[in-house]
Amino acid sequence: MAVAGRAGTSGLPLSKNIPAGSRTRMSKLLEFWEFHEMRAAVIIFALLIAALVLKVAQMAGRVEQLAGSPAVVADDQQLGPAITRLNAKFRQQWQAENLLVGDTVADLTVLRRLSLAMFGTVPSLEDIRAFEHDEQPNRIDRWVVKMLQDSRYSDYFSERLARSLVGVEDGPFIVFRRDRMTAWLAAQLRKDVSWSQMTKELIAAEGLWTDRPAANFITVARMEDESLNVNKLAGRTVRTFLGQRIDCAQCHDHPFDPTWKQADFEGLAAFYCQASLSPGGVTDYQTGKDKQEVVYKVIDPGAETGRVVPSAVPFHPEWLPADGGLRYRLARWVTHKDNRRFERATANRVWGFMLGKPLHEPVDDLPHPVDGETDALDILGQEFRARGDRLSVLIRMIAMSDVFRLSSESSADNDDTYTKQVQAWAVFPLVRLRPEQVIGSLFQAGHVRSIDQNSNPFVRVTKFGNENDFLNEYGDMGDEELLQQVGTIPQALLRMNGRFTAEQSKVDALSAPAQILNFSPDNAAVIDNCYLACLCRFPAVDERAYFLNLLESTTEAAAEKRKANPEAPAASPALKPTRTRAQVVEDLVWTLFNSPEFSWNH
Amino acid sequence: MHLNPTRRQVLQFLSACGVSLALPAMTTRAAARRRDERPKSLITLWMSGGMSQLETWDPHPGTKSGGAVKDIPTSHKDARISELLPQMAAQLHSCMLIRSLTSKEGDHERGAAFVKTGYRPEPTLKYPTLGAIAAHELPNAELEIPQYMTLAPDRIVPEGGYLGNQWDAFRVFQPGRGLSNLKSRVNPERQADRLQGLDVVSQQFAQRRQFGTKRTLHQNTLDRALQMMSSQQLKAFELETESLGVKAAYGDTSFGRGCLIARRLVEVGVRAIEVTLPGFDTHVSNHSGHVSQCKILDPAIAALIQELRERDLLDSTIVLCISEFGRTPSINPAAGRDHWPNWFSCLIAGGGFRENTVIGATPTDVFEGKKSDGKLVLPAEPVLVPELYATIMATMGIDFRKEILTPIGRPIRFADALPSASLLKEDVARKVIQS
Repeated sequence: MAVAGRAGTSGLPLSKNIPAGSRTRMSKLLEFWEFHEMRAAVIIFALLIAALVLKVAQMAGRVEQLAGSPAVVADDQQLGPAITRLNAKFRQQWQAENLLVGDTVADLTVLRRLSLAMFGTVPSLEDIRAFEHDEQPNRIDRWVVKMLQDSRYSDYFSERLARSLVGVEDGPFIVFRRDRMTAWLAAQLRKDVSWSQMTKELIAAEGLWTDRPAANFITVARMEDESLNVNKLAGRTVRTFLGQRIDCAQCHDHPFDPTWKQADFEGLAAFYCQASLSPGGVTDYQTGKDKQEVVYKVIDPGAETGRVVPSAVPFHPEWLPADGGLRYRLARWVTHKDNRRFERATANRVWGFMLGKPLHEPVDDLPHPVDGETDALDILGQEFRARGDRLSVLIRMIAMSDVFRLSSESSADNDDTYTKQVQAWAVFPLVRLRPEQVIGSLFQAGHVRSIDQNSNPFVRVTKFGNENDFLNEYGDMGDEELLQQVGTIPQALLRMNGRFTAEQSKVDALSAPAQILNFSPDNAAVIDNCYLACLCRFPAVDERAYFLNLLESTTEAAAEKRKANPEAPAASPALKPTRTRAQVVEDLVWTLFNSPEFSWNH
Repeated sequence: MHLNPTRRQVLQFLSACGVSLALPAMTTRAAARRRDERPKSLITLWMSGGMSQLETWDPHPGTKSGGAVKDIPTSHKDARISELLPQMAAQLHSCMLIRSLTSKEGDHERGAAFVKTGYRPEPTLKYPTLGAIAAHELPNAELEIPQYMTLAPDRIVPEGGYLGNQWDAFRVFQPGRGLSNLKSRVNPERQADRLQGLDVVSQQFAQRRQFGTKRTLHQNTLDRALQMMSSQQLKAFELETESLGVKAAYGDTSFGRGCLIARRLVEVGVRAIEVTLPGFDTHVSNHSGHVSQCKILDPAIAALIQELRERDLLDSTIVLCISEFGRTPSINPAAGRDHWPNWFSCLIAGGGFRENTVIGATPTDVFEGKKSDGKLVLPAEPVLVPELYATIMATMGIDFRKEILTPIGRPIRFADALPSASLLKEDVARKVIQS
């Protein structure tokens, strides 16, 4: 902003020929100019900040221009028989093991589970009321379909899928764009694109990682020397899409599973050997600069030259198409209609997303499918395949299954029995919520209306900003997201004493606690609404009685009693109420936020 | 107190006990134990970004790779270190300098994971850091605050890995500037009322879920959090009681305050502390970058070692100053140095490690990590990170051979190598290595 001739600031000396009085006037003029110039700079800066805030609001709302048309979800009516078979499979196991099975939970609890799994948050009071007033048949199934058409599902599920595809690392600078990848996944989910189609696009992606977001699946494996880590890609491909951990076979035959040899791993890695990064993005080069075919070479420890490893699949080579590039062929082998591992791995992961715990653990290391045997994963997987490999089919089947409706309460009288119930899915497991589910729930519980892309931009910006700070302090679970973990002391401290909890529980302006306090018809309704907003249930008799007593012992209640009966003796100082209604509600909401029920899926 | 006290009772009990845990008695307690009975603590000074060995512990002045830095004599009779570390030059007689650490990981995240855990990272298993292992294996029953802490942490947080996330380091983002989330936002009476309400809700949830809720450890974690909130041991973070001279010696920087707090935490009995100094990823302007960072590092580490020695804590404290890799002997067009895991340096003091010792030597003006025949160029007396960590574990009394059955079904040892007697004082090596 230097102005030519500005005395002092530009370093230019004042002319010695200018009279002293004129110099003073000039100085004043220059000061005036500097002041207004600075003011202009401040105004421009403020406008830039405002533009940035609006941009962030847009990002927070995830207005996806690529998606175009609204979500398309086929309303399948034919899932009933498959769901019946799935339920029968579990029942068979429960009977064989002579297990007592948990009760069926209230629909509100199912709604909470669905909302956490599909939106990453508890349902809003608004949604709960709408749900309660819906008395049409098949309420849960209709709500699942409705939720599949909500952008909150595609936004949240895409984040979770992205973790399994590209991990949680920032990735190599410039050539990796997680946000593009996630946005692309969200768009595919909105259109209910088949998972096998997405898989093929990911494995065989070409082009720039910005224009072809699926290419980020490849570019995340770029190494310091600009080449791609084919071992990392091979390991991730098999874990994510086939549900097998064979990474240790990179160096030696699998120590525990004779199925996987080092040669198998190398053969799979070879499918990625022709992929590289060029100015045009991810490109396959069949020949190198020397005009020779690009092949995969492995340098064994102690060896001086590499040995050529041809691309090869560990089983069923007949599933490989005859034509096409290496990655194209690998993609078709992975998703082949007869490759049971593909549908089993997918079903296991989606089960994990929905219930917080996969059917088999670890989520990406499944038992081998056995010819002639059909387990729960096969039942899910077969229906998934029959209906176009769509993730929405799995979500609906799982949501409608008996297991999803079971209570987490157990009649077991010892820990061993409880363990067996949990392992056999005879009770719903207690699973710690993910960090973004906790903050999503805290934020949603602090607002009566649903927080979605139609929410006020300021609300969305606030959520977006707070989310990152909270996640930073709460700790991320990394890409081992379905590993069962306990809570930590910092998380407990953050929930109890953190700024965010305090803000969401405050009776302040338009917050949910304020609206509940001001608009509930009576004290019992205040308590009910707090419980619904935070825990998605009504209070038990003892709970209602306890908090009702607190609300009836406030300073306002005491003042009303005095007004109604001025003759009554004043309470002794020890018994004088000290809390206001607002404080009691804040304390109740704080309590619910810190309860085990809030932080755990149950 | 009955077996299932309410939170109010826990708080009342602890505040009644609070006086006996006041920090000022710590120095007396620390000195009161004989050296060989005092359980060891580990302080890791993490130089984040890849500290250049050539600008710090292993200068090669006057050579093509030497850059602008000169070397200076030290209290070790032969060793010379960078002129950017004058205070540490006077402390080197208390330390062991390893110039020949090697690694194969040149990426920040992978390199940091390897150097913090002693295992190369793999996608299916998270390894615990050395500090997490120390906290897990040597818990201090008298501690009301976490056993493992990280001060001024950067992006890569020290984790419990397969031991569980309860062994992740407790993060203190701004050492010496107060602790976040440790004070209730309401007065004690209202807090007690909140906790009473929480009892009601929690007991309702626990009905018919007794086994499940016990496994969540939610109650246990909450109680430990409440205990920490009221603990007198948190005074370790309050630097007001330190003299101005001491604070000035460490430097009024986040890292300096972190090192001072680390000393205080050792006195309280915290098992493992990590203090981070970022800013070493000097791909551009390497020399000036190290000039500014060494101005922070030098006084802090020198003051720490000196104070630990003066307070008779150096034998029971291992101070490890290390980075994820070193930097290239060549200087790039931006006057920077790039990543170089082939050889890099670390400094260790205390805990039974040899003093006044330099291990290893690096070649001069070698700019490639491999020879023309493809074989790796190695420093003299290479030291592997797993070997160093096995030695640290051995001297701390941790069974480095212990196998843990990890969540993926694989049994993994704490250390992937054997300890090296040559790194320890003779009497310590005799006691530790042969046991």
